Amino acid sequence: MPARPILEYLWIIPLLPLLGSAINGLFGAKWPNKIVNWVALSSTGLSFAFALESAREFFDSGQVLFRKEFFTWIAAGNFRAGFDLQMDQLTVVMVLVVTGVGWLIHIYSTGYMAHEGGYYRFFSYLNLFMFFMLILVLAANYVLLFVGWEGVGLASYLLIGFYFLRKSASDAGKKAFIVNRIGDFGFMLGMFLLFRTFHTLDFNTLFDLKHAAGWQSESWGQFGTFTIACLLLFMGACGKSAQLPLYVWLPDAMEGPTPVSALIHAATMVTAGVYVVARSHVLFTHSETASVVVAIVGCATAFFAATIGLVQTDIKKVLAYSTVSQLGYMFLACGVGAFSAGIFHLMTHAFFKALLFLAAGSVIHAMGGEQDMQKMGGLSKKIKYTFATMLIATLAIIGIPFFAGFFSKDAILLAAFQIPGGHPLYAFGLLTALLTSFYMFRLIFLTFHGKPRYDERKVHVHESPWSMLGPLVVLAVLSFVGGWFALPAFFQGKDYFSGFLAPVFGGNESAEVLGGAAAHTLELTLAFVAVSAALAGLGVAYWLYVKRPSKPGELAKSMKGVYTTLLNKYYVDDLYAAAIVKPLLWISTNVFWKTVDVAGIDGAVNGVADGLTAVGDGVRHTQSGNTRSYAVWVVIGAIVIIAVVFFWTSAGKPVVGMVR
Amino acid sequence: MTAPLAVFFVLAGLAVIGAINLILQKHPIHSALSLIVVMVALAGLYLLMGAEFVAAVQIIVYGGAIMVLFVLVIMLLNAGVEEHTSISKLAGVPGLLLVAALAGFIAATIARSTDVVQAAQQTGDMSSTKGISNMLFRDFVYPFELTSFLILVAIMGAVVLAQREKS
Amino acid sequence: MVPTNYYVILSAVLFGLGVFAFVFKRNIITIFMSIELMLNAVNLAFVAFSRAVGKLDGQVFVLFVIVVAAAEAAVGLGIIILIARNRQSLNVERVDLLKL
Repeated sequence: MPARPILEYLWIIPLLPLLGSAINGLFGAKWPNKIVNWVALSSTGLSFAFALESAREFFDSGQVLFRKEFFTWIAAGNFRAGFDLQMDQLTVVMVLVVTGVGWLIHIYSTGYMAHEGGYYRFFSYLNLFMFFMLILVLAANYVLLFVGWEGVGLASYLLIGFYFLRKSASDAGKKAFIVNRIGDFGFMLGMFLLFRTFHTLDFNTLFDLKHAAGWQSESWGQFGTFTIACLLLFMGACGKSAQLPLYVWLPDAMEGPTPVSALIHAATMVTAGVYVVARSHVLFTHSETASVVVAIVGCATAFFAATIGLVQTDIKKVLAYSTVSQLGYMFLACGVGAFSAGIFHLMTHAFFKALLFLAAGSVIHAMGGEQDMQKMGGLSKKIKYTFATMLIATLAIIGIPFFAGFFSKDAILLAAFQIPGGHPLYAFGLLTALLTSFYMFRLIFLTFHGKPRYDERKVHVHESPWSMLGPLVVLAVLSFVGGWFALPAFFQGKDYFSGFLAPVFGGNESAEVLGGAAAHTLELTLAFVAVSAALAGLGVAYWLYVKRPSKPGELAKSMKGVYTTLLNKYYVDDLYAAAIVKPLLWISTNVFWKTVDVAGIDGAVNGVADGLTAVGDGVRHTQSGNTRSYAVWVVIGAIVIIAVVFFWTSAGKPVVGMVR
Repeated sequence: MTAPLAVFFVLAGLAVIGAINLILQKHPIHSALSLIVVMVALAGLYLLMGAEFVAAVQIIVYGGAIMVLFVLVIMLLNAGVEEHTSISKLAGVPGLLLVAALAGFIAATIARSTDVVQAAQQTGDMSSTKGISNMLFRDFVYPFELTSFLILVAIMGAVVLAQREKS
Repeated sequence: MVPTNYYVILSAVLFGLGVFAFVFKRNIITIFMSIELMLNAVNLAFVAFSRAVGKLDGQVFVLFVIVVAAAEAAVGLGIIILIARNRQSLNVERVDLLKL
């Protein structure tokens, strides 16, 4: 038994979900739900257990980067890409989040999807997703990461379009995959550029700090190798993590079942982009332009999505835009150099956003499938546990002190404030926090308070089974305590989380807390401002939706233009459809189909056939049946032979020689 | 003008006149008789060249068997004067031109062979019959046996083909 | 001595006349006879060259040609008899059943 058994066999962590997926996929069609459950839950659960064990071994061995090459996948010339897995502090965080939250969501799904058709297929896809996501976070080089990257995109497509008989669902799946692909194009170009410059795509070799010290940093406006590579990688991250302008697939992705939205589009897949940026922090810190772009895009997306979320009526769409907005925060953190803050927010967001989605699923389940908030109301007494957990998650997301979101969001806003020129970013971030608080509590009030706006005789509101409530409770606890890693820093102690990640991000965190009391006062002041903003948002929501329920309608009428624009998501989807999709479809139909394929290729092939037939038709006339004509043909043949043999020197030389 | 040359011209003239007559005559029997004249003339030419055996075979086989067969068939079939039809388009003017072209090509080919192939001294002691039979039964025995087989096949073929239909 | 050239030229002339007859005569039997004429012309050339070279190979080959011509004449005339019986005509242009 080797000293660190699990780390030596690190591949077992992704392999177990793959096995579960294969078994369920191949054999699950005939099995009862119980057996499918057992296969799926045990594979993910064991994976989580092994992940815990590997984290323990990692700590025991002194938190040294562990990297193992299992086999060589591609070896072409100087290029080598292997199935190499690594474990470092960042990986520990990601792996535990993915397997832990993933397992909870699997348990939830056994309750939520119990009456759905294609049960085995759902779990097969879900496990497949886990496999790819784990490959993504465990990978030790960009190529293997990209395998996981593409794979989660595939799993996302399969799961969004799970109810494939519904056109809107299959369209949404396609949209997600295609928009992701556009980002992937950028990602691949970035990889190619990195390979061409450094001749390796291995993280260790690439990010070797001794190595990196010799690199030239590129300042603002300088479009050197680092900048372009980072911008391209960021393009991929935009696609995967739904930032401007490639965010349009995420709201549509709500067509998939709610556990899918929770797992993929809240906790794990969409965070892959943040993970990549964090992993490539060495590259980003060498390029000021790229970092600025990341920060600005993140901030803009956060604000933009929050504004759209203000007026949406579908409970899942609100949460979707909220996810886009929070991802914007994470990119803002990475852009200003506070990578560990970004990862911290990633972790806490995983907890409370998954909880929000699962609780929303519970509400939808209670309401018998209704997703429109305007048809809900007054549910707080009827589904107590769901209400309680959702409330905890909401408090976490808006940043109430001691809840998880407070610490992470705070760290981001502090970092944004501290960097030169960061005040506008801070301002928008703060404004977004206010908007977040508003629309989240709008959601709570519309759903749980007030008079029921549905027909109580038709809808029997019932609490969800414990298979669904259990994970909700666990996640609620995590949403509360998940941020306490950074708690001591508040009291001038050590921030355990960023301390933990320090070996990974090294001295690259430009927003390291400045020592001294002045910095601490600044931190407390900013925290106070943020909390006030959150409470202000809560207050406005309370006033509009509880105290004066008719006011929102009046406001909508009076600000009709603004309201309609927000309701239609700034018409971005329509813009894309008209500017990009329509011309492409036109080109496809008229140029490629009608011209190239039908007229060109078919015409050429048919033309050859027709031509041959015509030639045959012409040659037919030599077969006249008349012997005298044949006699003349014989004479012609004789002439030709004599001419060729005796008078065409090159061909007839041998024969002529004999005659002479 | 030496004697052989004069004989040559006479016999050659005879052959050519026979050939032209073959073309000009309308009744096939006249063409057949002209062909016999050509063959006899050629036999004479073979004799002039010193190929006695070939000349003898020419008269016996060609003149005495093949041409007799032709004449017999003409009489059997009651062939009359050939009728004039011109259904074939190719065999009219284009055919004439092509035949002329062929003749021209052959003439040109002969003209191009500049080395005049000289007549070798006849070795009188090698009598052609003996020499030919030597070659025939030693060097060319396989083709010889095959030709006998060929004749057998031809006989059978002719018998089968010309049978009267069983009524 | 008669130069070999003369014999070759005579052979060519006879051959040409044979081709002419082959193309322009309409009676099947006449056409067949023109084929025999062509074969004879070729035989003449063979013998001439055999005399020129001094070997007897040419004459042996002439023998073979005559044998084959005999066989061919036998079978060919058999076929002609059949055609004459079937089509009641010896005009070659009437025999056009192979027309497409």
